[in-house]
Amino acid sequence: MNWGQWLLTAILLSSFIPGIIIFALPEKKHRLRTILNLCGSILKIILILAMDTGIYFGHNFEIRLPIIPGVELLLNGDPLSALFATLSSVLWLLTTIYAVGYLEGSPNRSHFFGYFSLCVTVTIGIALAGNLITFLLFYEMLTLTTYPLIIHRGTKKSLRAGRNYLIYALSGGAVFLFAVVALQTVVGTTDFTGTGFPSTFIDTHATVLSLIFVLLIIGVGVKAALVPLHGWLPQAMVAPAPVSALLHAVAVVKAGAFGILRIVLDVYGPQNLLLLGVLPLLATVASITILYGSLRALQQDDLKRRLAFSTISQVSYIALGISLIDQPLAVIGGLVHLVHQGLMKITLFFCAGNLAETLGIHRISEMDGVARRMPLTMAAFSIGALGMIGIPPTVGFVSKWYLGLGALAAGNWWVVFILAVSSLLNACYFLPILIRAWFGKQQGSWPEEQYLGRFETRLMLLAPPLITAFIVMAAGVVANAQISPLAWVRFIVREYGL
Amino acid sequence: MTAFQLAAPAWMIVPIILPLIAGLFCFLFNRRIFAIALTAALANLLGVCILIYQLLFFGPMRCHMGGWQTPIGITLRTDGPALLMLLTTAITGLAVTLYARGYFSYRILNPRHAARHQQQQRYFWPLWMLLLTGLNGLFLSNDIFNLYVTLELIAISAASLAALSGKPASQLAAFRYLLVSLLGSLTYLLGVVFLYRSCGVLDLDLLQNLMQNAPGIRAALALMSIGLLLKTALFPLHFWLPPAHANALAPVSVILSALVVKGSFYLLFRFWFEVFTPIITTSALNFMGTLGAIAIVWGAIQAMRQPRLKLMVAYSTVSQLGYLFIAFPLTRIDGNIHIWGIVIFMAMAHACAKSAMFMVAGTVFLHLGHDRIKDLNGIRANLPITVFAYGIAGVSLMGLPPSGGFIAKWLLLSSALTSSQWWWALVIIVGSLLAMIYVFRVMSHFFVIPEDYAFTKPTPVSPLMEWPALALALISLLLGLAASWPLYILAQGNVVLAQIFPGGLP
Repeated sequence: MNWGQWLLTAILLSSFIPGIIIFALPEKKHRLRTILNLCGSILKIILILAMDTGIYFGHNFEIRLPIIPGVELLLNGDPLSALFATLSSVLWLLTTIYAVGYLEGSPNRSHFFGYFSLCVTVTIGIALAGNLITFLLFYEMLTLTTYPLIIHRGTKKSLRAGRNYLIYALSGGAVFLFAVVALQTVVGTTDFTGTGFPSTFIDTHATVLSLIFVLLIIGVGVKAALVPLHGWLPQAMVAPAPVSALLHAVAVVKAGAFGILRIVLDVYGPQNLLLLGVLPLLATVASITILYGSLRALQQDDLKRRLAFSTISQVSYIALGISLIDQPLAVIGGLVHLVHQGLMKITLFFCAGNLAETLGIHRISEMDGVARRMPLTMAAFSIGALGMIGIPPTVGFVSKWYLGLGALAAGNWWVVFILAVSSLLNACYFLPILIRAWFGKQQGSWPEEQYLGRFETRLMLLAPPLITAFIVMAAGVVANAQISPLAWVRFIVREYGL
Repeated sequence: MTAFQLAAPAWMIVPIILPLIAGLFCFLFNRRIFAIALTAALANLLGVCILIYQLLFFGPMRCHMGGWQTPIGITLRTDGPALLMLLTTAITGLAVTLYARGYFSYRILNPRHAARHQQQQRYFWPLWMLLLTGLNGLFLSNDIFNLYVTLELIAISAASLAALSGKPASQLAAFRYLLVSLLGSLTYLLGVVFLYRSCGVLDLDLLQNLMQNAPGIRAALALMSIGLLLKTALFPLHFWLPPAHANALAPVSVILSALVVKGSFYLLFRFWFEVFTPIITTSALNFMGTLGAIAIVWGAIQAMRQPRLKLMVAYSTVSQLGYLFIAFPLTRIDGNIHIWGIVIFMAMAHACAKSAMFMVAGTVFLHLGHDRIKDLNGIRANLPITVFAYGIAGVSLMGLPPSGGFIAKWLLLSSALTSSQWWWALVIIVGSLLAMIYVFRVMSHFFVIPEDYAFTKPTPVSPLMEWPALALALISLLLGLAASWPLYILAQGNVVLAQIFPGGLP
């Protein structure tokens, strides 16, 4: 093994080993558990940054493990996996801090943090997967490791949500497995090559390959919550706030979106997909999802449910961007939204969790004047919400700007139209919240107020959303700098030769 | 001194003689029975390892007992599939031996029935050793009459084991099991008679050369197949399995479900694809595949509806056995090299996962005094390792990566699609989904710890009951990652499979 392979292994183990140790730790040792978690996540960030540097300078990270003829596990660090892995590891650190604060004093924490660490290991595995088989392996394990987190509270409602999640996710996994085997049978490999399989297969197997593409997208679409495969996501809201943050911003939904990127860019390749002509289908589904999610979000009074429908809508920007594959600007917009949506959405969920934990607020109708009680939390929330609407200088503006430019360049007026309508809808469902919070007048007392520490809430709950909100602003302001998500995405697009 | 060389074929006798002697000792001695059985199980594993070493370095072997050549003498032979089945049996057998020790010790602690439990343990060990003898003999024999003897040995010891618990329900189930087994053996024997009448030999190799499409041989094939199908419990001949497996003592359920049904299946498969191959028709293969498909769906639906954990696990066996038969119609394809790989993988993964699951069910039953699925909430707090083992075994049953079950399903799916028989692929996918439902139905109860749950600690279960289950579950999970080793063993002496590994082990 060379140093690159050691590095990949270490990246995976840096959360796996703490996870296993945490399972074995007695419930009471919360300090040791927190230290393990933090050390693991900080180590992981350092290792991943080292990998990013290596990738930038053209080093090839690869581990191959043949299983049986035709089936091999392949871990591969390329610019796209670096994007997702960096996002996940940074947000994992923040979510861990948040979760430690959030779950203080609640039962079964070693169970929770054990699965939490495994979940991140698996997410990084998805990021590093080098072929569809490895992707499938981690994709299924992601379902298994997130399930205990969703049902963590053990209530009837959470059990039902968990069951629905499993039915959706595992059915999607089964469709995905079928499609992967079929692709392997037709093409002979599922490696992520950067250009897709040889286009000679298009001449001979066009129909089958189109069908397999649809099945693959259905398989990952369940996690990416493409309409009509989104049903599990709003229900999964019963999970504790850090889990929701993780599901929406880092792990599950993102894994689905990342899968779409991989299938389009690496498995099929832009050229083949343009020949097959199936991308308009993806664009249509993504557009419908964007509008549907926004419209449903409008109707929700429950804050977390509104955020959930907003996720459904926002994640499809990624799919929409990538489906305009012949427009590099649109692709940049889609790819960069993978990071930007994660940053904004995790901020919003952290804040929603703070409101629920500190004041017992779950509904938007209870939020009148809450900004006076929790100004910092609501400031972070506002930045996230304005980002979602796409107001400069937040990162949300950058994503939408590139998507819009790409659509204009393609002469795709209906995509521009979708973007405009969607932004309008975003404003319609976020602005009233902000107006209520900042300018509303408090109605009676808060549902369940607790005084948690010197600040408006516990420091461990307050710091993570402030940090992410800061990044949401900063990454938007310095988007054109050398080191920013946008710069890295441009690097990716260059590498793919688009 | 040649007999003691590692290359000597005589090593083949070890896995047969050793458990037999141990069984006799277990009958004769009153004390230290567990030590005898454990020694035998360990030595058996060692013997199998030596046989695998032989296979890897000297190729498949024949051992003519007493120096008599065929057709007069009795022949034993080793090859890839036989050794992998022996290895699975040896590993599972060792785990069961340890588990049974913990299980019986825990039951004897209960003063109310201590005498009865002592008695059960007294009978368990010799019968288990006899059963092991029969199984090892079955995998090694190369002679259809010898095989009948091993089948009979397995049938009688298995039925006696099933009756051990002594409850009326289990007595009834065991009696029915005995009748079915004997009927199966007799049908098989009748087939042997037909075959001997037509061909005049009993040795499998010689029979293979004499195979022709004659009425007597066709009748023999039909009779032998029906007899073995009855023992393997393929739908619709599965009626006896769930009550017999679910009402037996936990270690017995493990043995019956993981090992005994695999024995008769192995034999059936060997007959169809090595001996009778020339006269097997495509429609016969499709018929078996169809029955397998129905078994997968029917067994899974029944498993979903069971109120008790052990019954659920037993119906899951009915369902999982169906996968072995789906492999049948996928064999007649040009260039299909995976057929032994598929069934052996499936059998190995299922043996390990299902043993782990029955161990879990037994532990939970002993711990709580019942195994009603809806009342299992909170058991995770008391039995974390056991619940973990259940989860991992479940992953393998569902066929999720990287388990051995996944590799088997991958091979099945890719054979089905390569041969354009996509409908089998659909059945496999649907079967996995149903398996997910029944596995998680229990899992969701395991995971939840209700708010008002009191962490009562009845007598803590022995580690001997928890760790073997976890070890087997982990083996079934990691089997997928180490899949090339079993395939490499299979490839030894197999002309078609050997093409996969032109340059040795990858």
